[in-house]
Amino acid sequence: MSALLDVNGVSKNFKGLRAVQDVSFSVTQGEIFAVIGPNGAGKTTLFNLIAGVFKPDQGAIAFTGARIDGHSPDEICRRGIGRTFQLVRPFPTLTVRDNVMVGSLLRRHERAAALVQTEEVLRRLDLYDKRDVLASALTLPDRKRLEVARALATDPKLLLLDEVMAGLRPTETDRMVRILIELNRTTGLTIVLIEHVMRAVMALAQRVLVLHHGAVIAQDTPAVVVRDPAVVKSYLGTEAVH
Amino acid sequence: MTSLVFADIPVRGWVALIVAAVLLLLVPPFANDYVITVLVLIFYFAFTGQAWNIMMGFAGQLSLGHAFYVGLGAYAAAALYVHFGIGPWIGMLAGILISAWCGAVVGFLAFRFGVGGVYFAILTIAFAEFARIGFDHFRWVGGSSGLFLPVAQFKHNDLWSLRGNPTMFYYVMFGLMVAALIVCRALLRSRLGFYWQAIREDEHAARALGINTFRCKMIAVVISSGMTSIAGVVFAFYYNNLFPEQTFHISKSIEIILGPIIGGIGTLIGPIIGAFVLTGLSEGLLDVLATLKITVPGAKQVFYGVCLIIVIILMPNGIWPPLARALGLTERPERKP
Amino acid sequence: MPFEIYLNVAAAGVLTGLVYGLMALGLSVIFGVIRVVNFAHGEMMAIAMYIAVTLFAAFKLDPLLMMVPIAVVLFAFGYLLQAHLINPFINRPEHSQFMLLVGIGIIILNTLLMIFGPDAKNVQTSYAFDSYQVGPLIIDATKAYAGGAAILVSAALFAFFRFTLVGQAIRACADNYTGALVVGLNVQQLYALTFGLGSACVGAAGAMIVLFIDVTPPLGPAYTLLAFLIVITGGLGSMPGALVGGVLIGVTEAMAGLLFTPSAKSMFSFALLVIVLLFRPQGLLGTSAR
Repeated sequence: MSALLDVNGVSKNFKGLRAVQDVSFSVTQGEIFAVIGPNGAGKTTLFNLIAGVFKPDQGAIAFTGARIDGHSPDEICRRGIGRTFQLVRPFPTLTVRDNVMVGSLLRRHERAAALVQTEEVLRRLDLYDKRDVLASALTLPDRKRLEVARALATDPKLLLLDEVMAGLRPTETDRMVRILIELNRTTGLTIVLIEHVMRAVMALAQRVLVLHHGAVIAQDTPAVVVRDPAVVKSYLGTEAVH
Repeated sequence: MTSLVFADIPVRGWVALIVAAVLLLLVPPFANDYVITVLVLIFYFAFTGQAWNIMMGFAGQLSLGHAFYVGLGAYAAAALYVHFGIGPWIGMLAGILISAWCGAVVGFLAFRFGVGGVYFAILTIAFAEFARIGFDHFRWVGGSSGLFLPVAQFKHNDLWSLRGNPTMFYYVMFGLMVAALIVCRALLRSRLGFYWQAIREDEHAARALGINTFRCKMIAVVISSGMTSIAGVVFAFYYNNLFPEQTFHISKSIEIILGPIIGGIGTLIGPIIGAFVLTGLSEGLLDVLATLKITVPGAKQVFYGVCLIIVIILMPNGIWPPLARALGLTERPERKP
Repeated sequence: MPFEIYLNVAAAGVLTGLVYGLMALGLSVIFGVIRVVNFAHGEMMAIAMYIAVTLFAAFKLDPLLMMVPIAVVLFAFGYLLQAHLINPFINRPEHSQFMLLVGIGIIILNTLLMIFGPDAKNVQTSYAFDSYQVGPLIIDATKAYAGGAAILVSAALFAFFRFTLVGQAIRACADNYTGALVVGLNVQQLYALTFGLGSACVGAAGAMIVLFIDVTPPLGPAYTLLAFLIVITGGLGSMPGALVGGVLIGVTEAMAGLLFTPSAKSMFSFALLVIVLLFRPQGLLGTSAR
């Protein structure tokens, strides 16, 4: 299978700070790919580069074979990459349903058709019962699922999830993992996720990329990466390895 | 299209709207001229408030210089009538074009260069001030001495040239107010309306959902400015004189936004309720002051200021949302899950 | 036109600009620290102007001498206003804050109108027609004194923020609100103090300005607008920027009044504002990110 997302030699500096250094990896269609590493390793910057918030100083990013680096975030979403934010950004005065409608309306311009898809997505993410609640009144786990639902409503081929498990209790984490696995299995959605919660990474990811100080220090299956000495030293600590 | 405008309104809402409309339509034969002129003013503010609300309440862009667009519409139509005898409904087209174009310039400058929030508000003030001073020197439209429309004795109402007694203007303005309400409802419930609200709430998140925020904001500004200029045309033909110092003055811009803010920004009924409350109370106050023999200039404005502050403090979302909830007319669900 | 006339007009522009700059300095301090846009700024200056005019009319007291008491009165006014009315609005959306201050401005303007009427009032000091000769320049005494006073007051304010503990505490609040709270600073009180200081600047500027301007109530909003023009041009949050901006606008308006029709001079200021907003939004001397 050809690569859906191809990141090639990408670097980004911020006023002398090298946030991302010469990072390369590819993600194949239907894969679940995780990006891990200590805080400040450049993971979110990498996502922002892919999603079009920043333009790489060097390197290229290709999606379905076409270059996307330097394009605007809305253009990249229209091309099929959906993303969530590390600190969730719901539309506070809109209901759960209306939040997701905003996403659905991207591909379905008619209100009625968008509503149909919105309700489908809400059911998938276990939010249908709360569809009339204002987003500002939701608990954190619900907001996280709303964030995913909204991005999902744009019919992405690739979903970028930025620390979507952060702040969730283990039962909530398992629920989210179940939903993501289900999505990947039934629709073939490709998922790239940044995660600190190793429980989720081990359950979800087929391959893992490890970043440290902006550079790649390991890239392999979870089992291998978790035992990599460099990874253990810089991030995981010996407790993570049984 | 019809479902956009007419669907999802609770029965109570229909009843309220129809009753209100019928009552208002039946006023002129039974009321004196004073009441009619007050209501014309209310409808005017309801209309301009709706137009302003598109930019602020829907798309989240604070404009403090909307008098700019009123003035452009007014001057365009009036000048064409005075110099070339072109009727106001044709002149209105010119007014809308000019106004929308200027709005596009303001929007383009602001959005391309990332000017938002308070800075955007100040930019809009600057344009209105620029027009106020500029038109003072604009000889062709009368400069600071003003532009005057010929006032003749009317035996009958001439709707085409907007020459007539207050009752004719009453129905014209009422029609415009209703049209604005319909248009705004359609816009709010359309794809564009959703996108505007998303931009208003969180522009960054909106972009991540594929929304071209620049284009959507531009459309909001263009529609808002074009719509506002329509009121300007009627204004010109109603009062029959225009002075740059008054027409473009910042106090006129503030008057326009008082209604929606007091009534409820971002709602459809808010600007209308706000216009009624504000104008009604203000005229009521004039009565009270007259009976108390206080004729000091400025007293009415002090009252305005106090009202404004009270509403802003006690009802930060305006009068309509709590009122709607109390009357069971709300489309929005309650806050609790 | 002879070169001296340009010079004189420019010089006069610089001096009046310094006074405008002081007024704008108050606005800059308030916005820089509290992040609230004081749309009633010019109206507050109008209060100061009317106090000065009244004191002069009743007791023949020179406005420059009354500068300090007037500044104190405005300080108290600003302090109370912030502490009781504006404080709850700090975290509210911009349009709410704006409407609150516009409401306050309307009340001030029309109360002044009710008390003093719409006719222009002015102050004619004993030295109103004196002037000094400095080389080729002929400078009005009133403008010279006013400009000098503006520099003194500004310097005092700079010193306050630089060298006193309270001043540093206020700067800490501006830099990092949460950090200031965590460190135990009484931010509410410091905010009220800051608003009071900004108002005091405006009070002092008002006392100076009556020396060479006739006072009417609608001047209030006009000066609010001017203060914004200056602060944005010079750089929001930059104190030297406010003075530089003030001088720049003062000279621009003076020269525009000379070269074109006087009534059009504000147009140039607005054009300058638009250009600054678009191309250098942080202002000429500003560094703070928006």
